[in-house]
Amino acid sequence: MSFIHLIGFGLKVGHLVLMLCYSFLTVISLNSLFINDSQMKPNNNNNTKSNKLWIKFLEIFSRNTSKIHHYYQYIGSDKFRKTWWKKLLILWIAFGTLLSLWVFWYMRSQALETRKDNLTNMCDERARMLQDQFNVSLNHVQAMSILISTFHHGKSPSAIDQETFAKYTERTAFERPLTSGVAYAVRVLDSEREQFEKQQGWTIKKMTPVNKDKYNPEELEPSPIQPEYAPVIFAQETVAHVISLDMLTGMEDCENVLRARELGKGVLTAPLELIKSNRLGVILTFAVYKRDLPSNATPEERIEATDGYLGGVFDIESLVEKLLQQLASKQTIYVNVYDTTNISNPISMYGVDVTDTGLQHVSPLNFGDPSRKHEMRCRFKQKQRWQTLAISTSFGIFVITLLVGHIFHATINRIAKVEDDYHKMSKLKKRAEDADVAKSEFLATVSHEIRTPMNGVLGMLDMLMDTVLDVTQQDYVRTAQASGKALVSLINAVLDQAKIESGKLELEAVRFDLREIFDDVLSLFSGKSQEKGIELAVYISAKVPETLTGDPGRFRQIITNLMGNSIKFTEKGHIFVTVHLLEEAAESIDVETEPSSKDTLSGLPVADRNRSCEGFRPANQVEDPSESVTLIISVEDTGAGIPLEAQHRIFTPFMQVGPSIYRMHGGTGIGLSISKCLVNLMNGEIGFDSVPHIGSTFTFTAVFSNPNEQQVNGQPKSKLEFCGMQAVVVDPRPVRAEVSRYHIQRLGMHVETVSSLTSALSMLTNGSQTVHVVLIEEEVWDRDSSNSSLFFYKLRNSDNPPKLFILTNSIGGSRQYNGICSPAVITKPLRVSMLAASLQRAMGSNRSNDRNGEIPKLSLSKLLIGRKILVVDDNNVNLRVAAGALKKYGAEVVCAENGRKAISLLKPPHSFDACFMDIQMPEMDGFEATRTIRDNEQDINTRIQHGSLSLQDYANVSNWHVPILAMTADVIQATHEQCLKSGMDGYVSKPFEANQLYQEVSRFFL
Amino acid sequence: MSSVLQLQRQFIDYTTSLHNEGYLDNQFTELQKLQDESNPDFVTEVVSMYFEDSDKLLNNLTTALQQRNVDYKQVDAHAHQFKGSSSSIGAKRVTNVCAHFKGFCEAKNLDGCLRCLQQVKQEYIFFRNKLEALFRLEQQILQAGGSVPMVE
Repeated sequence: MSFIHLIGFGLKVGHLVLMLCYSFLTVISLNSLFINDSQMKPNNNNNTKSNKLWIKFLEIFSRNTSKIHHYYQYIGSDKFRKTWWKKLLILWIAFGTLLSLWVFWYMRSQALETRKDNLTNMCDERARMLQDQFNVSLNHVQAMSILISTFHHGKSPSAIDQETFAKYTERTAFERPLTSGVAYAVRVLDSEREQFEKQQGWTIKKMTPVNKDKYNPEELEPSPIQPEYAPVIFAQETVAHVISLDMLTGMEDCENVLRARELGKGVLTAPLELIKSNRLGVILTFAVYKRDLPSNATPEERIEATDGYLGGVFDIESLVEKLLQQLASKQTIYVNVYDTTNISNPISMYGVDVTDTGLQHVSPLNFGDPSRKHEMRCRFKQKQRWQTLAISTSFGIFVITLLVGHIFHATINRIAKVEDDYHKMSKLKKRAEDADVAKSEFLATVSHEIRTPMNGVLGMLDMLMDTVLDVTQQDYVRTAQASGKALVSLINAVLDQAKIESGKLELEAVRFDLREIFDDVLSLFSGKSQEKGIELAVYISAKVPETLTGDPGRFRQIITNLMGNSIKFTEKGHIFVTVHLLEEAAESIDVETEPSSKDTLSGLPVADRNRSCEGFRPANQVEDPSESVTLIISVEDTGAGIPLEAQHRIFTPFMQVGPSIYRMHGGTGIGLSISKCLVNLMNGEIGFDSVPHIGSTFTFTAVFSNPNEQQVNGQPKSKLEFCGMQAVVVDPRPVRAEVSRYHIQRLGMHVETVSSLTSALSMLTNGSQTVHVVLIEEEVWDRDSSNSSLFFYKLRNSDNPPKLFILTNSIGGSRQYNGICSPAVITKPLRVSMLAASLQRAMGSNRSNDRNGEIPKLSLSKLLIGRKILVVDDNNVNLRVAAGALKKYGAEVVCAENGRKAISLLKPPHSFDACFMDIQMPEMDGFEATRTIRDNEQDINTRIQHGSLSLQDYANVSNWHVPILAMTADVIQATHEQCLKSGMDGYVSKPFEANQLYQEVSRFFL
Repeated sequence: MSSVLQLQRQFIDYTTSLHNEGYLDNQFTELQKLQDESNPDFVTEVVSMYFEDSDKLLNNLTTALQQRNVDYKQVDAHAHQFKGSSSSIGAKRVTNVCAHFKGFCEAKNLDGCLRCLQQVKQEYIFFRNKLEALFRLEQQILQAGGSVPMVE
């Protein structure tokens, strides 16, 4: 039972330890889980409130647990903890071993004790029985002695003879189970010997040890003469051979007889070999007295009163055998009986000598003779059996300790390993992050380093284009240039990405005009949209302030990215960019939802704009509206749309919709990811909605600060010439009409929109206002040719006819309309500058014609005619050519061969309007000459100012500064800087190039 | 009349070939454009000036390079001059060789300089011959009563 209990206990302890380990591990793993969680969760975009709360809770929790973990690490350094654990483990095993040993020992001793008790019990029992039986025999022998004294000595003549005695003793043998025979010897004094011998008819014989096998009483010698004799007269049949033997002649018998008559008690001999039977036996002797003696009688009295001696022979060996057979467990123990009167040499009376020195018990035996001591020694026959119970119990305990130790060890190892792994992982993570940062930095650096030489390459290619090339070469150069530009833009994109990743991108905060940026972007894409025949339009709400503070470059980049994508994937339909204030959009969303489905720019269905900005923060979260402006910009297209499976990774860098898309449209796939980052930097959000084959709508918000001043300034000055004019837009589609109205209004004009030509006509004829401009959608104009021609003629015939324009998408707008004289065509996308230019052209104001045309030679002549110009060059031919060229434009040219001459010629007062100077000249180069000239001028200027020179002498010019332009063959930046440093005003390439010459000269002569 | 046309065609072909073979570049055309009624002999004037200068420069270069201690600065200055005037006149190949010449001067490579001098001389003589032939054609056209066509 106890064994099972022990095992149960061990199992329970093991379980407990396991549970502890498990919970410990769980805390660690949970910890890491939470850390992971807190890292991963913020990436998700479902920022519902509860979710955020939950994340926050997790973060706090994980922070705490990590803190605990930290403490734990702090307390137990790795090494310390390991040795500590090891010591504990060894201690534990030692304890287990000791415990098992103790249990073994304890159980063994317990068993031994019971065994000993057993032995003692058995031994005592046997001893008692033996003693009892012996005493019974003893008593009987004593009784017999009384019988003899009564009937032999008390009667005269004796009532007993040998025959009677033998018969009696034979018949009462059962009363004395331990005796094998009884005999009576009478006391005969030497004086009575002869009489006695006569009376008996035999001589007293001497007891001598003779050949045992041939015991013959006849051969025995007569006893020698002694003071007294003790011849046996009666004997039981079994010992009849001892009759006539003198007991006093036997060594043992004599001593026994003497002792018995002195003591008056039964006396035992030492074990002796019995005559004739040759067995080991003990003789008990009682003295028979003449009269009753008091118990305190002296030995002398007793000797004097002695009549005879009764002796009983005890055959111990057979007797004990008989006795033990009565007991059941004879087989289990050995019994030995010893006479230990002489302690140093005990005489064995019974039992085999067994050398086994195992457990032994000794019980004393009292046979009634105080001078003789006997004892019984008992011993188990078999050695103690193996203590299986103790061994298995202790072994079980040992095994359990080892197991627990092993579990403990394994747990510690596991924990250490997990911890090591954790450290390793965190180190690796750190390294990976470092590597990522390093990668970004490397990319940034390398991109930058590539950009610089690339600019050189592009510049050189530009210059190469200006040199004389045949058609093939020009084609090559153009290709190289285009490739170079593509490479630079790609590098820029990568650089941006790297900058964003390494967190180095910072936004500028400058004032900029939002509408201008959109105009720029529109003109950038106008070519492509016209080529494809897509309608491209921008609408900016009137509530959006004129100027904003932010980073125009980056904003433009976002717009360009989004519009570029749209253009790339749109083959028909429209791309429509709208800009609103966020508050405004929030209001309008509620209102606009229903009619939006069909009412789009090109009439094609589009993706839902509202869905694209679903996840955005509500507008009222924006702080102070007077300081910051949140714009919501959406780019809507009717392109291919984004496949559903690709929508989730659209903002991941380098992820495109698919490889086929890449092959079809090119691009690196980082545009959108950069845009997203930039939008985030602008505190905005970006989202999209896309329906495959219908189109996509990207919407983003951006926060700009609002420069409150100057908002009153309103419209730009240049458009003032159209201010107050009246325009009519004929367009059945309200959205498109709204866009047109927006652009025309930017010119300061009043705009009415009508849906058809007939209503336009009625308005024109009936209206009280004069209408200056009529803009008609191409679609309306084409729909009904007769109607439109009618319209055309009616307008023409009216007094003060308005200018007529057709708004078209595609570039092929120069076709003839209906065979009649076609009205002017404005190709969309609409933008202010283009609109203004078209209107100007149509209204006949030719003012700005010069500016956008190529620079005519005429204008150069206009600039140079009559100017007096000094040309300085040491090279005659160059001088002559330069002079010739300038003369051709009507300038008056004076030549100088070297710097010195130029200096003297340019000493004020002089009448030169400009000077072209070669740089590399012998003796004095152009820089030095210029410096001297400037020094001279400075000197004279100061002196005039101080009045030391009269103004009249210097042609009434108080500030002399003749424009000096360097002529150089190699136009390098360094030269340019040096030119400016030495006081020159600019440089022209040599030989002259009309464009450049015009640019430089116009700076001074306009 | 037909001969004038023929001459004019020949003139155009010749000029085009000169352009194509790289003897002339647009600068020469520019020069031709500079010539007008007010300045009827501009091109010949400039070209003869160029020839004069060039002869002088070539002589200078030859003597400068024959010195025991060659003054590379001097040689470079001459080469620069020569390059400048050549580019002004539109003698493309001469200009190119001059650029090489300058390079060798900067590297102070006497062998290269001497080789370039030979090359420059050769190119110059070629150019001179071609140009003289061109002028002869021009004269012929003028004598035949035609006008010199402009070659773009």
